[in-house]
Amino acid sequence: MAVYVVRRLLFLVPVVLGVLTLVFLMRALVPGDPIEIMYLGQLPPDKATVDSIRHELGLDAPLPVQFIRYLGSALRGELGRSVRTRRLVREEISNRYKNTLLLAFASLGVAVAVGLSMGILAAIHRDTPIDTATMVLAMWGLSMPAFWFGLIMISVFSVRLRWLPVMGSDSLKHLVLPAVTLGLIASTVLARITRSSMLDVLNAQYVRTAHAKGLTHRTVILRHALKNALIPVVTILGLQMGGLLGGAFIIEIVFSWHGVGELAVQAIQQRDFPIIQGVVVVVAVTYVLINLAVDLTYSALDPRIVYK
Amino acid sequence: MRPRPSLLKQLLRRRPAQIGGAVIMLLVLCAAFAALLAPYDPYKVKTADRLLRPSSHHWLGTDDLGRDQFSRILYGARTTLQVGLISVGIAMIIGVPVGVLSGYYGGWADLLIMRWIDIMLAFPYILLALAIVATIGPNLRNAMIAIGISSVPGWVRLVRGNVLSAVRNDYVSAAQALGATDWRVMFVHVLPNTLSSVVVLATLQFPTAVLAAAALSFVGLGAQPPSPEWGALLIGARDWIWTAPWLVNFPGVAIFVTILGFNLFGNALRDTLDPTLGQP
Repeated sequence: MAVYVVRRLLFLVPVVLGVLTLVFLMRALVPGDPIEIMYLGQLPPDKATVDSIRHELGLDAPLPVQFIRYLGSALRGELGRSVRTRRLVREEISNRYKNTLLLAFASLGVAVAVGLSMGILAAIHRDTPIDTATMVLAMWGLSMPAFWFGLIMISVFSVRLRWLPVMGSDSLKHLVLPAVTLGLIASTVLARITRSSMLDVLNAQYVRTAHAKGLTHRTVILRHALKNALIPVVTILGLQMGGLLGGAFIIEIVFSWHGVGELAVQAIQQRDFPIIQGVVVVVAVTYVLINLAVDLTYSALDPRIVYK
Repeated sequence: MRPRPSLLKQLLRRRPAQIGGAVIMLLVLCAAFAALLAPYDPYKVKTADRLLRPSSHHWLGTDDLGRDQFSRILYGARTTLQVGLISVGIAMIIGVPVGVLSGYYGGWADLLIMRWIDIMLAFPYILLALAIVATIGPNLRNAMIAIGISSVPGWVRLVRGNVLSAVRNDYVSAAQALGATDWRVMFVHVLPNTLSSVVVLATLQFPTAVLAAAALSFVGLGAQPPSPEWGALLIGARDWIWTAPWLVNFPGVAIFVTILGFNLFGNALRDTLDPTLGQP
């Protein structure tokens, strides 16, 4: 197992290097002068200021030198400075990264709680209205635009009922609507996977044996069936996490949740490249690490899976 | 023995395919005849008519600039179709040949392509699209390119997988023995045998692309005002959620129904053409 973890961590090296290369190319490939683009639609600064910004960003060096410098500083955790606020990108991101992770994990919590319960119920009550309702909800979740669902949630729970705040990220109360919005949509896919995985397991002989031993239905479902049904569910959870991180980007705009998504969208509108690059690197690396964690969870769930 | 019904008949027997097909037909008709069906000019500002509730004059109400919401949604159907077709087209044009080459030749080419795909998969889908939009600039055309490119990894993996299993077939060995060039074997013999999953993926990618484009437009990085793209219609609507909820409801319903239609049709098509692709 330890060897496998080390090997997977080593595999991360080329992926992270690839991510950094792609992100570097993002700015290098932009047609036109990057400084001019940054000031697009604004009064252009004088030549001395342009030269000083160019020098500060290292854009006056040849491309390969810029690339080596970029790699070196990124690997040290230095992601440059925002061209708008002049603050360190690392600081700008770290303030908001916590909020995005909080939103993504809270949504995941909602998705797991609702999705697993719905999936188990649908499997136990196969071919009943509960089962049909779950499948209809799954199709609903697949087709529902998260940003529109978010607006509906605002209009119901903030505007009509006045139960929850409309926007901001100051308290846990502010977290409820965005997390429920994202989580409910994600839960429908999870419910569908849990249902089919549970149906496979419920027909297995060891479940029949557990029933025959006289165990309660609840124990059989929760201790014997669910644990084995969870492996495909965990795979989907890993994929869902990518969706939730991406979804959080859009939902942050709907609810004015101050996360990296909101920061990235503002940075794109302001052509603040160091910030955009920083956000892309941080989120991509987070996603890769989450996928690693998912892989390692398999063996915890099913000891038969041995990594070599 | 009764003959097996044609694929089209088998497909149209499925209720989801009927519902999904009807929605798609409706979308195509709205897009094709928007100019005839729209009661008003979708771009004409008329401040005297601003924020009117849905009525017999304005079926779906008017926006904050007095533009007729029904006419704007009808014209938005054109953009939606365009977004879906172009984004999926871009993904297919890049993804299918790369997948075929990777699966057919294997070796170093396959290794390099798959590592590249691994790197692209390190980005959540919408983040990759955002990064590309950030590079080439926020507008609808670039959003379509970004969504197309972000979908390429999925296409490469699917086609490569299909080609890997197709090249083991006898007809491939036969074609090679008869002296067919690699190019001919790949694109005349192998590719047509993977077409059913390509068609299914295209149908299922369509709603994903439309949804992503609407999301990008909603955050101001796709279609720009005064475009009646459905996601863009929702940008301004948020400010009027208290006083004019119809501005939020109708464009949202249009997106939802369209995506639902394509998903229902795509799933039915998948079950008909290639049951082995079936999702749980």
